[in-house]
Amino acid sequence: MLYDALIAPFVEYGFMRRALAGCLALSFGGGPLGVLLVLRRMSLMGDALAHAILPGAAIGFLVAGLSLVAMTIGGVATGLAVAVLAGLVSRATPLREDASFAAFYLISLGLGVLIVSMRGSSVDLLHVLFGSVLALDDAALLLIVSISTVTLIVLAIIYRPLIIECLDPGFLRAVGGFGPVGLGSVVHVTFIALVVFNLVGGFQALGTLMVVGLIMLPAVAARFWFQSAPGQMAIAIVFGIVASVAGLLASYHWHAPASSAIILAAGGLYILSVVAGRFDSLAASLITLRHRAG
Amino acid sequence: MAHDHCSHTHTHRSSRDQAPAPGIRLDNLTVAYRRHPAVHHLSGNFAPGSLTAIVGPNGAGKSTLLKAIMGALRPATGRIEIAGINRRDIAYLPQISEVDRTFPITVLDLVAMGLWRRCGAFRRIGRDQLHRVNDAITTVGLSGLAERPISTLSGGQFQRALFARMLLQDARLLLLDEPFTALDMKTTTDLIDVVKHWHGENRTIIAVLHDIDLVREHFPQALLLARSEVAWGKTEDVLTGTNLLTARRMCEGFDDNAPFCDHQAA
Repeated sequence: MLYDALIAPFVEYGFMRRALAGCLALSFGGGPLGVLLVLRRMSLMGDALAHAILPGAAIGFLVAGLSLVAMTIGGVATGLAVAVLAGLVSRATPLREDASFAAFYLISLGLGVLIVSMRGSSVDLLHVLFGSVLALDDAALLLIVSISTVTLIVLAIIYRPLIIECLDPGFLRAVGGFGPVGLGSVVHVTFIALVVFNLVGGFQALGTLMVVGLIMLPAVAARFWFQSAPGQMAIAIVFGIVASVAGLLASYHWHAPASSAIILAAGGLYILSVVAGRFDSLAASLITLRHRAG
Repeated sequence: MAHDHCSHTHTHRSSRDQAPAPGIRLDNLTVAYRRHPAVHHLSGNFAPGSLTAIVGPNGAGKSTLLKAIMGALRPATGRIEIAGINRRDIAYLPQISEVDRTFPITVLDLVAMGLWRRCGAFRRIGRDQLHRVNDAITTVGLSGLAERPISTLSGGQFQRALFARMLLQDARLLLLDEPFTALDMKTTTDLIDVVKHWHGENRTIIAVLHDIDLVREHFPQALLLARSEVAWGKTEDVLTGTNLLTARRMCEGFDDNAPFCDHQAA
């Protein structure tokens, strides 16, 4: 009974296993990135970047049809272009990074919708926006898994300066070195590039909009369970995995669209965390534990 | 047994203690925001090994001067010469508001950031290093709080933690931006002891301060700043009633239509 409900769908159907593998890989890369985005107060940056990759993916689609390679290259190119342009404008002018990001991603999004609606049908747009997790082919799966592997390795390499850059950028500017550019900028750009790659990898599976959900929702929920950054990253990965499994099963049993089901499952975990998390949740603030003597 | 990569630190350190402290020469320095000078044609010397307080009204350019010395702001005119050290051998204590105090990190990890010059981005923090981190935490009076997240610290405790980080940085030039603002007596006294200890170790120290009595009591040198220099030298000669009044008068807001400065032509 329990086996039929929870295990059998994955054992019996190859497409369910593929979907699961893809979502697990996304969770491993996306969880830590999401936590860092929250800590850097860039929670909405993922959303902005997800819109920003749309025109590149659309152009790739127009040039080569539903070609993974073309759409990936296009998405990465526009995502990085928007990130770099926004970074340059915010460094060269007093405009803050979130504001210049907003400007560039809106331009990019307008361009993307224009391209898609001029040449493609509305079905294509839905595919780009909401993905097709139940139809992952080998190439897409390989891309997603490679991106999460690279993400985890690169994060491990830049971890220490990245954390210091979040906490006290002035300190890293003083001691970091790396010439006039500064180690802080190098680390920041690398980090943004990782976010772009994960969004592009994920949009095959979940679509540009939904992949942000799988990166951000577990990360925001994680804040209520651990007081250290590594702890939050670990629980974010776990939440991502749980949401993926739950969402895929819901989609299987009740014919719900898979990527929405996954995001809603992650949303459920978030609400649960806000209400009943261990630190600073609603429940934690209602229960007054006996205080210590010192 | 993993000997850490930095175990030669102690010999290294004693040789550095005998190294001469850096001197700083300001040569006609102007630092401007949108062409309005925050520091205006300032020239003078911070002697090697000196302990100087920078005093002046709000908007006098005190923090700006520190940031320019640190290299974070570019001079509009003039030069800053720092003799004898690498720019990375400067320790800078920011105003508390510039650090994200909600970040989920423990006191131990925050203080351990001070080891950056020795351990950088990759080298492990070995047992010896951890020992030094804990020593620094004890020195500033935070023993027992090493594993606390920094978000749970009071303002005074947090400032103590930043001082512990500076202890580990072991820099030759120390720049402190309002280190004692909003601290209680006990914390201020403890941290001044740390500063005085540094002063005995052949380091050059520059601190931005607001408490005139505290400067008179503990700082041998003072620079009274109101964008331009009002007085610079021995504290008792600098902090006179007339000078302080002059400083207050000189520091009255930006004039949007101020004429262009022709100081250099003169």
